Amino acid sequence: MTAKQDTRVVVGMSGGVDSSVTAHLLKQEGYDVIGIFMKNWDETDENGFCSATEDYEDVVRVCDQIGIPYYSVNFEQQYWDKVFTYFLDEYKKGRTPNPDVLCNKEIKFKAFLEHAFALGADYVATGHYARVRRNGGRTDMLRGVDDNKDQTYFLNALSQEQLQRVLFPLGEMEKKEVRRIAEEAELATAGKKDSTGICFIGERNFKSFLSQYLPAQKGKMETLDGEEKGSHDGLMYYTLGQRQGLGIGGPGEPWFVVDKDLERNVLLVGQGYHHQQLYSDALEASQVNWISGDRPEEPFRCSAKFRYRQQDEPVTVYPQKDDTVRVVFDEPARAVTPGQFVVFYDDDVCLGGGTIEQIEKAAAVQTQ
Amino acid sequence: MNRIYLDHAATSPVHPEAAEAMRPYLTEMFGNPSSTHHFGRQSRSGLDRSRRSIAAAIGAAPEDIVFTGGGTEADNLAVLGYVRHHRPKEGGHVITCQTEHHGVLYACRQLEREGIEVTYLPVDEYGRITPLDLQEALRTDTLLVTLMTANNETGVVHPVEEFAAVLNDHPAVFHTDAVQALGKMDINVQTNGVDMLAASAHKFNGPNGIGFLYVRPGIQLDPLLFGGQQERGRRAGTENTAGAVGMSRALELSLEHLQERQENFTGMKQKMSEQLQASGITFHVNGSGTSVLPNVMNISFPDADVEQLLMNLDIEGIAVSSGSACTAGSVEPSHVLTAMFGDTPRSRAAVRFSFGLGTEPAHVEKAAEAVVRVMDRMKAAKL
Repeated sequence: MTAKQDTRVVVGMSGGVDSSVTAHLLKQEGYDVIGIFMKNWDETDENGFCSATEDYEDVVRVCDQIGIPYYSVNFEQQYWDKVFTYFLDEYKKGRTPNPDVLCNKEIKFKAFLEHAFALGADYVATGHYARVRRNGGRTDMLRGVDDNKDQTYFLNALSQEQLQRVLFPLGEMEKKEVRRIAEEAELATAGKKDSTGICFIGERNFKSFLSQYLPAQKGKMETLDGEEKGSHDGLMYYTLGQRQGLGIGGPGEPWFVVDKDLERNVLLVGQGYHHQQLYSDALEASQVNWISGDRPEEPFRCSAKFRYRQQDEPVTVYPQKDDTVRVVFDEPARAVTPGQFVVFYDDDVCLGGGTIEQIEKAAAVQTQ
Repeated sequence: MNRIYLDHAATSPVHPEAAEAMRPYLTEMFGNPSSTHHFGRQSRSGLDRSRRSIAAAIGAAPEDIVFTGGGTEADNLAVLGYVRHHRPKEGGHVITCQTEHHGVLYACRQLEREGIEVTYLPVDEYGRITPLDLQEALRTDTLLVTLMTANNETGVVHPVEEFAAVLNDHPAVFHTDAVQALGKMDINVQTNGVDMLAASAHKFNGPNGIGFLYVRPGIQLDPLLFGGQQERGRRAGTENTAGAVGMSRALELSLEHLQERQENFTGMKQKMSEQLQASGITFHVNGSGTSVLPNVMNISFPDADVEQLLMNLDIEGIAVSSGSACTAGSVEPSHVLTAMFGDTPRSRAAVRFSFGLGTEPAHVEKAAEAVVRVMDRMKAAKL
């Protein structure tokens, strides 16, 4: 590696504390650091408030504090074409997409990466909680050491080319350490709340957001035995295992979404967190990405996550001829949801992942 | 890093002599020009001398000069102030053009909200409109024509005298935004026929936050600000004496050796064109083929991502700007170039190089080299 002052690192800055500390640490280490804010979504709310403008102001303040140049780039078009269109298509199909995975693959580690290289960057850094380990010609991606913050789930679609010139300085740290550094350096974003939810929706009401883009078709709620339990506002507003917002009272255990019948536009509900219909013991995933770049030929054992911030489950992966896999769980898993990603791990190494297409119900009662 | 500043059309450094002239008015002769005591008289004297000097520089009388807080305020005062004072009960019409500065355009939008009709004349691919275009747009109820002297993005110069001549036998008054032009070309209100003219000090090496509006005698304006009777009731607020002194000194300096300086800039532009030509990259000099300010060079690089190009040039130490305004990463294509070329790569990928105090041929040469270098780098970066 060349001298640090001659190594240019472009940091993707969101205006949050994580990317602020990322830039700060790299600058401290002596790199030639440039901060760039990505604007991927254009929306001003009814009060004229645009959160992107506020976030950019924070980027400006932090970069000014740590003494690095900053710029902003606009990827609204790319985001719309590559991420938001997919997001809507998935909802149309009654699935629950994960736009953050696509955003990482197509925007942060594609459009932004190219932009950074066009600025002469040797590396691109972000505030993700993940680690990269370079093994000769190969780059592995490992979980962040903070179990609670690990973000490899969202980074499962990255390729070798994308990871080769990426730095994740926060992967070695606990979140509270990051906050402490921000406070010690008196960074303007030290006390800023972490953003939650899907970035372009923010804190807003999800239903009203989605209804701006997709027509909602109201329908019935039924139990698996066909007993009507009221009505739903549109299948796209519900996800498997959801309890909130069903409005079914009465005696006994609480009610959950256990399935969707798209053909009849019926939301299937059942009682009890552990309702059997919510359990599956295998899935089929498509468009599987292997981070190493080598597609496995033979079945193998590893662990898997079916959604973010969930315990790993031991599984066996059966690679198929194309880029699909069949994944068989050792134990039935609850609320594995089509549209989300299945992400594979070998201990701390993230192997890759794919989109969950089908699930195989664990119970004898197969409804579809 | 030796940084090179080629963004003088955005703002320019204060000339050291202008700064020197201002200094005593900040620290010693700080009085309020309206005060009746010694300190007030000192300040009043500086203000009056500045007014006389500026008036002389453009062929006006001192009482025709209204000091303002800058170019935008001067444009607003001319457009809003004139039309609001003279509007009839019904109707009322204003003519401007699509490539005007937002200080004029958005004042016109405001007039539309107030019930005035506005014609936004289109331009050709050189950014021009003809006197005939103006003639044809005139109506009996046209109150005001506002057309800029030189464009801030492209430097394209309008035939202001010819526009004024069209209005000879029409009651409409003629305002020109000369913010970009003053100090870069000869301007004389006795010969160019304009009724109002807006200027801003920081474009010609004066300080920020001061400008002026020339108003031909007899023209009535509604004020924008209400308060004291300063500027003959046309602009309330304590006068910025130091700013006025700095502006007048800067204007005097910018008119000394004007021709020689502009010839130098023309030579630098020529050299830059040749360098880019030799490198083989695709570029178009916008407005070339018509009259353009010698210190402004607006170049489209249709193969380039202009955001990337600007960042790269900044990283290389070259300060320039694109025509487009950029807030939190939203790049609006330049309204000026869109008016000239439609929504095309040429209008989206333009960079403005503008020369001024301290610009040397070597700077321009280095800038051209940097452009070629980063264009190569950008090409190689696609994943």
